[in-house]
Amino acid sequence: MDNFLLYLSQSFVQNALLATLLVAIICGLISPFVVMRKMSFAVHGTSELAFTGAAAGLLIANQALIGAFGGAVVVAALISLLGTNERNRDSTIGVILAFGLGLGVLLLSFYKGFATQATNILFGNIYGISGIQLAILLLVGVIVFAAILAIYRPLLFSSLDPEVATAKGIPVKTLGLAFLFILAITVTEAAQIVGTLLVLSLAITPAVAAQYISSKPISVTVLSVAFAVIAGIGGVLLSLIFDNIKPSVFITFISFGIYILVRLIASVKSASSAK
Amino acid sequence: MVTQNISIKNATLKLNNKALFKKLNLEIAPGEFIAILGPNGAGKTSFLKMLLGLYGLSAGNIEILGKSPKNTLAEIGYIPQQKAFDRDLPMRGRNLVELGVNGGRFGISALSDEENQHINKAIEEVRATCFANRPIGQLSGGEQQRLRIAQAIVNNPKILLCDEPLLSLDLNSQQIVAQLINQQRQYGTSVLFVTHEINPVLPYADRVLYLVDGNWAIGTPAEIMTSKKLSQLFKSPVDVLNLHGRLIVVNASEHAEAEVQCAHHQHQKSNQEMV
Repeated sequence: MDNFLLYLSQSFVQNALLATLLVAIICGLISPFVVMRKMSFAVHGTSELAFTGAAAGLLIANQALIGAFGGAVVVAALISLLGTNERNRDSTIGVILAFGLGLGVLLLSFYKGFATQATNILFGNIYGISGIQLAILLLVGVIVFAAILAIYRPLLFSSLDPEVATAKGIPVKTLGLAFLFILAITVTEAAQIVGTLLVLSLAITPAVAAQYISSKPISVTVLSVAFAVIAGIGGVLLSLIFDNIKPSVFITFISFGIYILVRLIASVKSASSAK
Repeated sequence: MVTQNISIKNATLKLNNKALFKKLNLEIAPGEFIAILGPNGAGKTSFLKMLLGLYGLSAGNIEILGKSPKNTLAEIGYIPQQKAFDRDLPMRGRNLVELGVNGGRFGISALSDEENQHINKAIEEVRATCFANRPIGQLSGGEQQRLRIAQAIVNNPKILLCDEPLLSLDLNSQQIVAQLINQQRQYGTSVLFVTHEINPVLPYADRVLYLVDGNWAIGTPAEIMTSKKLSQLFKSPVDVLNLHGRLIVVNASEHAEAEVQCAHHQHQKSNQEMV
C-alpha cells in the first residue's frame, strides 16, 4: 500500500492515469457506434495495423506514436477505398490486415534500434509515455471527442436507418467515412494504453455491456463511457498495487467483469419481470 | 387554379443507360394519393429517389412546391419498407420518432417542449403511445412501421413518399399502415405510395402510376387496372380479374406464366398475383 501511494505521487503514473482517462472516454463514446454499425472487425484490424504504422514511424523518423497515427489514417483510407460496400468491408479489412502485418514485420527487420517501441504497441506500455507523447494523445483525444459530439445525432440516424437518413438530406456516406477515420485514430490512441491486441476491451465490451441495462441511445453512450473509464482507471490503479502485472491485464479483466455482471443483472431482471 | 404539390414535366430518367421512363408528365395535387406500381426494376423506387433529388433527370423538369427537388427535403416525409431492427438495438420507439426532428442536427442539444409535443402528437396519431417506450427491436413489424410513419409525419410534411411500406407485413398490419398513411391526406399531404400489390391501397388511391419497362401510364385505378390497358403496357396479354373487389393481375400467356412464378418466389406472393 505504501508503494501504491508512492507511485501515485510520481509524474509517470499521473501521466498514465490522465492518458488512460482520455482514451477510456473516447473509446466509450465510439463503442455504441462500433456495435450498432457492426464494425468490431474494423476495430480489430485498425488496432493491429497500428503496429505496422508504429514500425514505419520508427524506421523513418524514430517516432512510433506519430507513425501509428499516420498508419491509422492510411488504413482507414484503404478500407474506404477498397471496401466498396458494407457487406464486403470485413473481408477487405482481412485482406489489408494480413498484408499490413507482413509489411510491419518487414519494416521492423530493417530497424536497427530496439524494437520494443513497436512491440510495445502490441501489448501497451502506459508507463513509458513521455510528456510530449501525452500532449499528442491529449490533442488527438480532444479533437476526436469534439468530432464525435458534433456528428453524434446524424451519425446515429445514418447508422440506424441509412435509407431514411439519406432521404432527409443527411450525408450518410461522408459520415460513415468520418466515423471510420475517427475509429482508426481512437483505436490507435487506445493501443498506447492496452495495446493493439486488447483494444476490443475498451472499444467494444463497454457498449455491449451497456446495452443489457439500457435501451436509450444517450444512456447507453453514458454507461459505455462510464464502464470504459472504470475499466481503464481501475486497471491502472490495480497495476500499481500488483506492480508485477501489466495494467492491460486488469483493464481487460475489469471490462469483462462488468460485462458478466450486467448480464447477470439483466437476466435476473427479465426473470423477475416474466413472473 | 389549384397550386400543385408536385409538377413533373417531360421527365426522362435514365439509370445505367437504360431509360426507366420517358417524357413523363404528372401533376400531383395537395391531398392526392398516388399508387405507383410496376414490376421489379421498372423504376418505382428510382422515381421516389428522383423526387428526393438523388437522381438527376436526363431531360425535363420537376418542381416540388415550386422549388427544385433538393431544396424541399424538409417538406418530404419518407417511409421505407419494413426491415427488422436488431433485438438488442439500444433504441426505443420514441427515439426513432425523435430522429425525425433532430436526426440531422449537428451537436448535442435537447429537444424543446414544443418539439416534444410534436413527437407526442405524431406517436398518438399512429396509435403507438402504448408501445413507444419499448425497445424498437422487440416490437412487431407492424408496430415498427407505425413508428416509422410517426417519424415521417412529425414535421408535418407536405409530401409523403412511401417505398413499399407494406412489404413483409401481415394482412391486418398492412391495412392499419395503409390507413394511417392515408389519414395524412386530411392535412393536405400528398401521398406517393410505391407498392407491389394494389389491393391494400385500392380504397385510397386517387390515381395509379404504372411503370413497365420504359413505358408508363397514369390514371384512376378504374382506367389503368384493366386487361386492355395493362396488356398495352406489358406488350403481352394480361388479364385483370375482379374478385369480390380485389383486383388480381394475371399474365395471360403460358410462356410468361413461368416467368411470373419465378418472380413470385422472390416476393413470397400468391401464385396468382403478379405485378
